[in-house]
Amino acid sequence: MQPIIQITDVNKVYATGFKALNNINLSIKTAEIFALLGPNGAGKTTLISTICGIVDATSGKITVEGKDIVSDYRHTRALIGLVPQELTTDAFETVWATVSFSRGLFGKKPNPAFIEKTLKSLSLWDKKDNKMIELSGGMKRRVMIAKALSHEPKILFLDEPTAGVDVELRKDMWELVRQLRNDGVTIILTTHYIEEAEEIADRIGVIKNGQLILVEDKITLMNQLGKKQLILDLKEPLTEIPSTMADFNLQINNDGLQLVYSYDKTEEHTGISTLLQHLSTASIGFKDIKTDQSSLEDIFVSLVKETS
Amino acid sequence: MNRYAVAAIYKFEMARTKRTIFQSIISPVISTSLYFIVFGSAIGSRITEIGGISYGAFIVPGLIMLSLLTQSISNASFGIYFPKFTGTIYELLSAPISSFEVLLGYVGAAATKSILLALIILATAHFFVPLEIAHPFWMLFFLVMTAITFSLFGFIIGIWADNFEKLQVIPLIVITPLVFLGGTFYSVSMLPPFWQTVTEFNPVFYLISGFRWSFYEVSDVSLLTSFFVMSGFLTFCLLAVTWIFKSGYHIKQ
Repeated sequence: MQPIIQITDVNKVYATGFKALNNINLSIKTAEIFALLGPNGAGKTTLISTICGIVDATSGKITVEGKDIVSDYRHTRALIGLVPQELTTDAFETVWATVSFSRGLFGKKPNPAFIEKTLKSLSLWDKKDNKMIELSGGMKRRVMIAKALSHEPKILFLDEPTAGVDVELRKDMWELVRQLRNDGVTIILTTHYIEEAEEIADRIGVIKNGQLILVEDKITLMNQLGKKQLILDLKEPLTEIPSTMADFNLQINNDGLQLVYSYDKTEEHTGISTLLQHLSTASIGFKDIKTDQSSLEDIFVSLVKETS
Repeated sequence: MNRYAVAAIYKFEMARTKRTIFQSIISPVISTSLYFIVFGSAIGSRITEIGGISYGAFIVPGLIMLSLLTQSISNASFGIYFPKFTGTIYELLSAPISSFEVLLGYVGAAATKSILLALIILATAHFFVPLEIAHPFWMLFFLVMTAITFSLFGFIIGIWADNFEKLQVIPLIVITPLVFLGGTFYSVSMLPPFWQTVTEFNPVFYLISGFRWSFYEVSDVSLLTSFFVMSGFLTFCLLAVTWIFKSGYHIKQ
């Protein structure tokens, strides 16, 4: 199946000489949720802005539905909705006017029924006559999404969509994103909240210093790079790991009161039962036992550190 | 042609005028009316006729030009500068709209507003001074062409400006003096020869002269000269705007 977005050898060097994108190659599948992660200044917003036409690539090619974003900009841009990171709004416009403006700007004829449906789906209907300046930050964020959805895009870019919004709104937005994906919309989001990517993304891309250092299916990524740990709370403090257990990947924590065993959960033999036998033989008693799995955040931090 | 986009920009800009009716329409009408009262009715009655026209009537075309020029520049420059200032320009840059369509929306709205204002001022002038329009077609032609040309010029200023001070500086220290020294209040033939020569380098002088001719068939230069100067400035503005959109100057990174 042809990717909905194809990015080939894209570079961006700003007038200052700063290389924001370094040979980016990426395919985005139709109706997937793709999360782009990266530290500040990694190139996430530049990449999104380049696809949307706000920033010109220095070299390379980007196609949307097989059409070039430069020569066929009318076709490609009409397919894309963008929610920028900053809450940039026309302070004195009403919600209704600004959302209707966006629909017109993207070449769609007026459709009050669709605008009404969009505003209702974002719990904005009772605010439709309010000026933007009168809205809270969270409400403004919803309006930005309504503007991006006003022309019925097939692709939605969300640049830090839940930055500065409360937990309830964040969960509402996740639900909305899932709903849009179910309706066939392709979603590309950048986020600082790894929890967000872990919660809703199908695939993850990690960008650092303008380079895509990893693109992987989220579940595969967490299985491949995710570590699992067995944590034992000991009855008596342990000063050193007995020599009989030297082959195990063990670590003593919490002033000797905790023994941590890291293992690969994908292996057929994790070594847990052997370790427990060794502990019994060495008369090392424990009062509690638990397991912990590394989150996407741990994986992300480790990946970014590795490439530093 | 993305006509819905052009209409969206045009309506958006016109709605801003409606919201700021005191600043956009009423204020310039009042200030121009004050000129009519002071120079037309009060002082004007003591000044001799110029070219067989009463002084009050003589200054009407120049005063309309003053408002037309300043408002065209102000409307268009603010229209494109404000999205840059607030950051909402991202939407314009990511929309399926050509540079020409963007221009059509912003310049069209700016020119419409200043033409409406000029017509209101013209109607207001009737209350203060005797007025006649010898060539209504040419009057409208000059009005529309000047509004479009200076709206384009305002659009360029709006792109160039990176703060509010720059937005004001050209209209205040360039355009207003050019209009005042371009024959709004006098005929150039009343000036000493040296200043007559200096005035010939003022492009606004040709606009006022041509516009005044459409009212009273009296002008300092020929209609054709006025037409060529205006066309020249229009061409310059169009070339500058084309370069801006091609290079992305102050718009794109």
